[in-house]
Amino acid sequence: MKIAIASGKGGTGKTMVATSMAAALAPIHNIQMLDCDVEAPNAHLFLNPTINEIKPASINIPTIDYEQCILCGQCVDICEFNALALLGDKIEVFEQLCHGCGSCSIHCPVNAITETPRKIGELKFGTFNKNRPFLFGELTISEPMSTPIIRQLKSNMKDDVEVTILDSPPGASCSVVATLHDADYVILVTEPTPFGLHDLKQMIGVISETGSLAGVIINRDGIGDSAVEDFLSKNGYPILMKIPYQENIAEGLASGKLLIDIIPEFEDAFLNLYEMIKEQIHEEIYH
Amino acid sequence: MSSLNKVVKELVILSGKGGTGKTSITAALVHLASQSPTKSIFVDADVDAANLALVTSAEHLEQHDFISSKLAQIDPERCNLCNECYEVCRYDAIELPTEANPTYRVIDLLCDGCVSCVYSCPQSAIKMIDQQDGVWFFSSSPYGPLFHAELFPAAENSGKLVTLIRQRTKQFAENNGGHPLIIIDGPPGIGCPVIASSTGVDLALLVAEPGLSGSHDLRRVVQTLEHFQIPQVICINKANLYKKGVEEIKYFAEENNIQIIGELPFDTSIPKAMVQSKPVTVFSPNSPASNEIKKLWEKLQKILFD
Amino acid sequence: MIIVISSLGKTLESPPNPRFGRTEFFIKYNSEDNTWEALENPAVTQRGGAGIAASQFLVNHNISAAISGHFGPNAYSALNSAKIKMFTFQNNYETVSDVIQAYEQNSLEEA
Repeated sequence: MKIAIASGKGGTGKTMVATSMAAALAPIHNIQMLDCDVEAPNAHLFLNPTINEIKPASINIPTIDYEQCILCGQCVDICEFNALALLGDKIEVFEQLCHGCGSCSIHCPVNAITETPRKIGELKFGTFNKNRPFLFGELTISEPMSTPIIRQLKSNMKDDVEVTILDSPPGASCSVVATLHDADYVILVTEPTPFGLHDLKQMIGVISETGSLAGVIINRDGIGDSAVEDFLSKNGYPILMKIPYQENIAEGLASGKLLIDIIPEFEDAFLNLYEMIKEQIHEEIYH
Repeated sequence: MSSLNKVVKELVILSGKGGTGKTSITAALVHLASQSPTKSIFVDADVDAANLALVTSAEHLEQHDFISSKLAQIDPERCNLCNECYEVCRYDAIELPTEANPTYRVIDLLCDGCVSCVYSCPQSAIKMIDQQDGVWFFSSSPYGPLFHAELFPAAENSGKLVTLIRQRTKQFAENNGGHPLIIIDGPPGIGCPVIASSTGVDLALLVAEPGLSGSHDLRRVVQTLEHFQIPQVICINKANLYKKGVEEIKYFAEENNIQIIGELPFDTSIPKAMVQSKPVTVFSPNSPASNEIKKLWEKLQKILFD
Repeated sequence: MIIVISSLGKTLESPPNPRFGRTEFFIKYNSEDNTWEALENPAVTQRGGAGIAASQFLVNHNISAAISGHFGPNAYSALNSAKIKMFTFQNNYETVSDVIQAYEQNSLEEA
């Protein structure tokens, strides 16, 4: 079972929810944690995993073998991303534009193109809470493409766990889709403000594309108005939990504490939330 | 030199971590700019979660489609079920035939828009279809003209959309005059849309939130901007929530030779202004946050134009 | 010698375009016989890598030099590989012909 934590707007408390849920479940349930926010990964700052393996995340870029190349230019025509150009007697490769799709090498008429990995980030594997797997990715500074790292991170997920928690990047575009397209349940975190409502609507648009089950956690309850709640009740999305706005929470999180350590009552709340989500997924399957 | 060619400066607001207060500060700066000789045009470059129009009561003057990506589509009439497309696709975007649906299909959400399958198909049964990925707007607000956009949920090419609206803004600024500054509200993170919103700008204002996550993400955005040689200054937001974090940011800034030009307290007038859809400097002009943002604006003008 | 200038319009009287990769037009000018023609830039609608696509387009036109306001790193590298010289102009030219004149007087900066 995969549960993803997402939000359209940044800074609504995704990582707070994901890390506290992971920490609450870890002593009892066989879980693994994945931080898919590879541009700004933060979950490890709260769960302090022991990292025991680091692998490069890479995409395969073309290398031209000029012994074979007949300078026909087919690869240049095929490349949808303009990562190749035929310049004089040379095919130039523009690495940062390459998506690693392999079209050029697969379709080269004289097999003159081989592919070499180019590192665009790192995958870090470790454990937290003694032996629960913790995986996260990190985009190399100045590299534009985070989605391939998310895909590679997910391909390293363990299958023999009861539940996987995925902390998603913010937003509603490709990197978010790569994180949650195969999730069984998506927890959307929002705040009760016009910004929160606007960005929540974007996320509900994503959920309707991926077809996942979803519910909403309202964070910083009390700072805004009731528009988010009105919208949710009108559209039939459940409110899973409300986390109040309190200065001691903000301060505790800033210092690297988990929500369940700042307010211990939330530990039971997350355990109950998990049971409820599990039930809902089963109902969906056997219905 | 004619007035057409007057140099227009660009300021981008970034943070790495989301939710540090970029948009609230941008809205206040835009309001202050409208009251000063440094009139601005502003851009919401957070196209995944575009909120600047909400807080500036913007009204759409123009709306344009953003057609950018292409997705593969298989014609089931021509497909001879040879499996070639499935073999070449690196994005798991080809769905195999099932009893219920005995054809090969492209999963739009996973298709990257490369044309590998198109070239692999012996039946020429696969075509690339243009997709509309979003819309972009030119709007007017009480604080000046605004360019903004909405990427459709689950769409691609946010970086391209950012580049497009920045270009339109620049063209508008160059053709109309009277707006010496473009203020860009940036997206969170450090990847494609962040790079697209900051290439070639004159200054980046980083809104830093004290704390473990804030410091970690600030470091990554600073390194990214350094790589692209973009001058940067820092403004600390919610400074009184976590004193130790403020010290960390100051130490980091000094180490990296970045000036800290503002320190905003956590102030409930900011979320209250947001709920009222107003810049904080309009909603509560003498609140602690507003007073600090006014000082920040004076310093930014000096750095940009002196 | 054949040169191109990125241009906002289709004539010698059009304002030069400071953008290279996504310029709407190039004015192709032959300094031997003073003939010129306007080329529509196919890269203007490209999703990404417009600088490279525009460079590839110009390489296919056998030019010796390209003139624009600014060349991005990819365009620079592509034109450089193809041994095409690059010159830049500041904002102080009203028309493409002014830029050509400046080029012929060697007053443009080589990129």
